[in-house]
Amino acid sequence: MSVQKTGLYAALLIFIVASPFVFPTFGVQLGTLWLMIIVAMTWDMTGGQMGYNSLGNIFFYGTGMYVAALISIALVYDVGEYTGASGGGRYDFTDAQYFTGFVLGTIGAGIFCALSAFVIGYVTFGLRGPYFAIGTLGVAIAAGELVSNWDWVGGGQGITLPVYPGDLDEGKIFIYFAYAITGVLLFIFLNWLYKTRFGAAINAIRDDEEKAEAMGVHTMRYKLVTWAMSAFFIGVAGGISAFQLISFEPLESAYQTINLGIFMVVCVLLGGKGTLWGPIIGAILFQIFKEVTWNYFLGWQWVALGALIVVTVVYFQDGLMGWLRTTRPEWFGLTVDERDDDAPQTAAAAGEGAK
Amino acid sequence: MDQIASNIGLLIDYPVVNLKIIIDGVMIGALFALAAYGLALVWGVMNVKNLAQGDFVIGGGYVSWWLVKNVGLHPLLGVPAAFVVMALLGGALHGTPVHQWARSQKKPMIIVSLVTGFVFIVATYLGDSAGSIAGYAGMVLTILLIINGGIYNLVISRVIERDLFTSLLATFGLAIMGAQIMNLLFGSDTQSLDLGYDTLYFADGLIDIPIAKLIGVIMAAALATVVIIFMKRSRMGQAIRATAQDARAARVLGIDTEKVYAFTFSLNAAICGAAGAIIVMVWVIQPFYGITYSVRAFVIVTAAGLGNLPGVIAAGLGIGAAEQYGSHVFGIGYQQAIAVMLLLAVLVFRLMQQKRNRQVLQ
Repeated sequence: MSVQKTGLYAALLIFIVASPFVFPTFGVQLGTLWLMIIVAMTWDMTGGQMGYNSLGNIFFYGTGMYVAALISIALVYDVGEYTGASGGGRYDFTDAQYFTGFVLGTIGAGIFCALSAFVIGYVTFGLRGPYFAIGTLGVAIAAGELVSNWDWVGGGQGITLPVYPGDLDEGKIFIYFAYAITGVLLFIFLNWLYKTRFGAAINAIRDDEEKAEAMGVHTMRYKLVTWAMSAFFIGVAGGISAFQLISFEPLESAYQTINLGIFMVVCVLLGGKGTLWGPIIGAILFQIFKEVTWNYFLGWQWVALGALIVVTVVYFQDGLMGWLRTTRPEWFGLTVDERDDDAPQTAAAAGEGAK
Repeated sequence: MDQIASNIGLLIDYPVVNLKIIIDGVMIGALFALAAYGLALVWGVMNVKNLAQGDFVIGGGYVSWWLVKNVGLHPLLGVPAAFVVMALLGGALHGTPVHQWARSQKKPMIIVSLVTGFVFIVATYLGDSAGSIAGYAGMVLTILLIINGGIYNLVISRVIERDLFTSLLATFGLAIMGAQIMNLLFGSDTQSLDLGYDTLYFADGLIDIPIAKLIGVIMAAALATVVIIFMKRSRMGQAIRATAQDARAARVLGIDTEKVYAFTFSLNAAICGAAGAIIVMVWVIQPFYGITYSVRAFVIVTAAGLGNLPGVIAAGLGIGAAEQYGSHVFGIGYQQAIAVMLLLAVLVFRLMQQKRNRQVLQ
């Protein structure tokens, strides 16, 4: 690693640690920004690197929320009674109970989501192209509907978790760092993963699955493991999000298919599919756009967001990183052979190979 | 569990209840089938997976509702009106002389739309309903002419034959925009039109069929028949089918595929609009109900396959009936879940079929 790169990473890390203290008024937004970054990066694992465009990753987010909440409740009380009281009743959590519930809940949510990714993936990974997208979307919608009819987990009312024991601002910083640690770990993990044989194998699946299979790549295993890894991190993020929201219900906040479920895809497309930094940059841009429209164009924010999706998808699909790659290939260590008529290898060209 | 068992018991003890459920299901399914047929059309011909399908349906419903409430149109005439307006919005005039003329006359058209808009505001302020309606109609018409094919030109024509995921997401963006614009224009309350017709009763009142629903189903059937005959007999229908089979070959043989694409998309929008105008008479509409119709349309088309019209209609009616059965047995809350589970079941079933086919090679 060069000196410049080390310096950049160190500066970023300092910025990440300092930002909640420097901008205390944006505590919640910064936490949500991390959530967007995490879900965008995990979506890119299958969507960008492996060529399987899932619309149902929100399933793991919602499931992670529920599993984390249920674990933290079940450690102390009977779940049925707790949800039956729907936040009423006297159910106090001591500090120790809150934090053990938080840690075990988020990790348990990640593990549960990874396991469920194996089960769902075993069925859905046989589907290709739009059928995979529609099938996974179907899984997410069906799960939301079923959970909202399941009284044991609170039904349509959802679950109300205990609030953070202590100061409210301190709670925001706690949630922020929970997200930030997950995000940084995910980044380090992906940075390593994409350079290994595993990364090469999933890129081969994206480029041509039949050929990859013919070359001896056990595609199903790779697809399942990749999805399970991404599901683990979404599950953890969902678990943290449950403690951030405190009170959530199934259709609008947990299995929010048409909000976060689509936003993560747009983040990735905006930043650039199949790149390490693309999803992060895309998530930041998207989040800024969203906050600005929510604050200044009230009533028209969804129209603006829809327009952003349309423009990104139709006119700017390579994303920022893909655009930079074609205009400034030297930044990416790519050399352009001028004698060759073929355009430089771009993320877009690689993405097109996937269809 | 007891509830489910007793619900099933009711079905066995009173067979006539089955009949009622099937009739209800077929009535709902007929309208799902219309939206699904439109989707099969654009999917098959243009390879566009239109997630805004449901919003076209709701849009058509609002066109009819607005005309009935503000102009005093008869609700039944709202169906053809919604058909025409949604066709225009879908780009029906794309590439025609009218479209070219409107494009060349942009400045006067904008002035006309501003003037009529001003007339509308002043007339509304003064409480003159005739002037206000005339102004509104003039404004809407000129704006429609200016942006005619706007959606089509800017978005749809650019996603034809592209990466499958592109059209799915782009139309999803359109769906979000459409739902929100309708919400801003018409408010988020549910709306419906009451035809004021009687209800027919059969089998000691166990089966009730409102005449309005009967008319709705008949109109849906009539529309489907007209579209089928159009696709079979007319020149344009033949061109559409030729393009669906092989766009390049069609182009070589002199078919203007650009025009065919625009026409297909506007035909789809028109069918959806008519379906929405029927729905507003027999059920309710709301700006955000669109997604449920989109999901149903996808379920039906995935189950029936493209270019299989009898299959689409059968699957539409079947899903309507299955949903009614499911909501009777498990409770009304499971209606959407059942439609989606059916989709998953169909996908898994197809997958298993394909697996069996692939095994032969091994």
